[in-house]
Amino acid sequence: MGRYVVRRLLQMIPVFIGATLLIFLMVNVMGDPIAGLCGDRECDPATAAQLRHEFGLDQPVWQQYATYMGNVFTGDFGTAFNGQPVTELMGTAFPVTIRLTVVAILFEIVVGIILGVVTGLRRGRPVDTGVLLLTLVVISVPTFVTGLLLQLLLGVKWGWIDPAVSSEAAFGELIVPGLVLASVSLAYVTRLTRTSIAENRRSDYVRTAIAKGLPRHRVITRHLLRNSLIPVVTFIGTDIGALMGGAIVTERIFNIHGVGYQLYQGILRQNTQTVVGFVTVLVLVFLVANLVVDLLYAVLDPRIRYA
Amino acid sequence: MRGATHARWAACAAAVVLAATACGGGGGDGGSGGGSGGVLSSSWGDPQNPLEPANTNEVQGGKVLDMIFRGLKKYDPGTGEAQNMLAEKIDTSDSQNFTVTVKDGWTFSNGEKVTAQSFVDAWNYGASLKNNQRNAYFFAYIDGYDKVHPESGSQSADTLSGLKVTGPLTFTIKLSQKFSTFPDTLGYPAFAPLPKSFFDDHDAWLKKPVGNGPYQVDNYTRGSQMSLRKWDDYPGSDKAQNGGVDLKVYTDNNTAYTDLIAGNLDLVDDVPASQLKNVKNDLGDRYINTPAGIIQTLAFPFYDNDWNKSGSEKVRKGLSMAIDRKQITDTIFQNTRTPATDWTSPVLGKDGGYKPGLCGDACEYNAEEAKKLVKEGGGLPGGQVKITYNADTGSHKQWVDAVCNSINNALDNDRACAGNPVGTFADFRNQITGQKMSGPFRAGWQMDYPLIQNFLQPLYYTNASSNDGKWSSKKFDDLVDQANAETDTAKAVGLFQQAEEVLRDDMGAIPLWYQNGSAGYSDRLSNVKLNPFSVPVYNEIKVG
Repeated sequence: MGRYVVRRLLQMIPVFIGATLLIFLMVNVMGDPIAGLCGDRECDPATAAQLRHEFGLDQPVWQQYATYMGNVFTGDFGTAFNGQPVTELMGTAFPVTIRLTVVAILFEIVVGIILGVVTGLRRGRPVDTGVLLLTLVVISVPTFVTGLLLQLLLGVKWGWIDPAVSSEAAFGELIVPGLVLASVSLAYVTRLTRTSIAENRRSDYVRTAIAKGLPRHRVITRHLLRNSLIPVVTFIGTDIGALMGGAIVTERIFNIHGVGYQLYQGILRQNTQTVVGFVTVLVLVFLVANLVVDLLYAVLDPRIRYA
Repeated sequence: MRGATHARWAACAAAVVLAATACGGGGGDGGSGGGSGGVLSSSWGDPQNPLEPANTNEVQGGKVLDMIFRGLKKYDPGTGEAQNMLAEKIDTSDSQNFTVTVKDGWTFSNGEKVTAQSFVDAWNYGASLKNNQRNAYFFAYIDGYDKVHPESGSQSADTLSGLKVTGPLTFTIKLSQKFSTFPDTLGYPAFAPLPKSFFDDHDAWLKKPVGNGPYQVDNYTRGSQMSLRKWDDYPGSDKAQNGGVDLKVYTDNNTAYTDLIAGNLDLVDDVPASQLKNVKNDLGDRYINTPAGIIQTLAFPFYDNDWNKSGSEKVRKGLSMAIDRKQITDTIFQNTRTPATDWTSPVLGKDGGYKPGLCGDACEYNAEEAKKLVKEGGGLPGGQVKITYNADTGSHKQWVDAVCNSINNALDNDRACAGNPVGTFADFRNQITGQKMSGPFRAGWQMDYPLIQNFLQPLYYTNASSNDGKWSSKKFDDLVDQANAETDTAKAVGLFQQAEEVLRDDMGAIPLWYQNGSAGYSDRLSNVKLNPFSVPVYNEIKVG
């Protein structure tokens, strides 16, 4: 197990370097960010040159990358164009997005798995058909439609929530945005769990468990669910990274100042330091989440072992 | 047993209290706003640059500067006229040397006195190359600017030789050329005075800016909110009529608008285009749509021979006549733009140099004449014009397509015009500064100060800072020079208009439309209006 973890951690290094290099190149291909910095008016050449020097943009790209990575390992992610250190931006943005992601993941786990178990056990019944139809609708409607619709109905028409989340972004305010963010994944989790449960229900070990006379809830939770959760856990694990990075739409609709907002601003203002910094952290989140998922396999099914 | 019951009861009570405070906390935001003497909330965007007077060149940062700073002059929110604010008087006999007397009794909100030195220090800071101030060129007319801010290399002086402090409240300005309307430019925020704390502890100042205006910054969380409160000891006549303003950063102006409709926000100063259809229904009289000092034009690449040969002025004029401005402003902009008939803006007023109809026939839609002129001028270069614009912000695609449609219809040619989108604004600017445009491109101008000079010189004077198309005319330059040297304002304006006629005859850029500022507000507010820069006049808003 220990060796496996170490090997996985070592594998992360090339992935990490490759991903950041790609992002770095992509942002740089978009052109000179200083040109857009002065608005519709051209920056005067002297100030532009000075700014370019200050942000290190006058050096060759490979050198910029080397310097950048060097700084990253000392915890310095550079400075955004508005004079704020990127780490400060991260300090305000990540807690908000993590809260939002936690709400979304909780929805996925609790609602998604419960619905999946219920429909999986009652395949072909009206409940099953109903939930299947519902998830189909959720999957086919884009997030921004669901978001704007809920905002309009709950926020403006009925006044149950504030349409915009305040800058503190407390858990309570994030319930509806979290649900919107989770909606599509939630539908997938339901369907995955349902299929998995329906399949394993006919397997030998479940029949044996029932034949042993174990109570029904014990059969479901300890035997059926535990084995059925492996594909679901894989999905949820990879979804953590996707939710954090993909929150741009939801964060925009509900005015949440999280990672999505900072990334959007960074791209719009072509702020290399912000974009690369945030993406770097997101890549790390992805990698760690994947590792955790792989380790969870062994917990769920002891037959899966790592040498 | 009894003890256990007690414990359970206590836990429940604690839960109830917690829940109650949690609810109270949420609702308290709106409630305390009403309670503490009329604080209003307003939508805001994250300023792009560090918030310093000489470093702010966009509306969002400018909004704050307008609330926390007062300079030598101030532009009347109604007429746009430059009036003395901190200036007792500004004297000159030759339009080149000015003596400024600062009014006595003004202080910054930290108690420090505003003196002549506060201005001179601030201007020297703004002009100095090493401070990277985006608006440094505002000081370019002052003598010694080329030493403090050379075009290349490092600076050879730290202070402008044209500025001299002659007494606690007096200083002199020497310009490098005659510029009669120079005092009227001093209302721009870049010319604001700065307190000592700005220079002593710059980082702390940026975290909580200190100025001398009707408001002071109470709390600033970068990227999310700035709370401004009325400064009770403000010595000026334009005291705040409300308790303060909470500027809230919105990621999307649609969300801000939704928040206004839901009653959680008091003022939105940018009604999203998609809501223009509903805004009358939603807000009625509480929707403002007034002209702002912004004009949109199509510029041409005069560095490209195709657009700069004899006869091509006829092609340019023909294109201008092929654009049905009225129809586009009606249908696409829902009348939030007005078809342009000159190269300035209605906010200048007749005395300030706005002359409706100066463009004449060239700005009237006339398909027959357009076709004839383009043909006479040798046809479109390459058989097709491509209008370049940036596609990331501002929904420019819609109107560019409409303009092209109009041109195609007028010229009876489906291929006459096409849009040419560029992915990002930065790349768009890259192509402009790299002189890579092959046809007309989107240009826009938001005035710095309400002067006709500001609509002409930076945009069309040979090699001027924003002359993106590199249009050049000796006659135009001469007339602008003459106008700047003219001490009589009316005569100066007349000369500027003559210069504008030179621009018209060569069709150096096609004027499209004047832009309006739009705002909507809740029924808690009254006396809301927009100034000529399309920024709400916050200090005059009444709450309750």
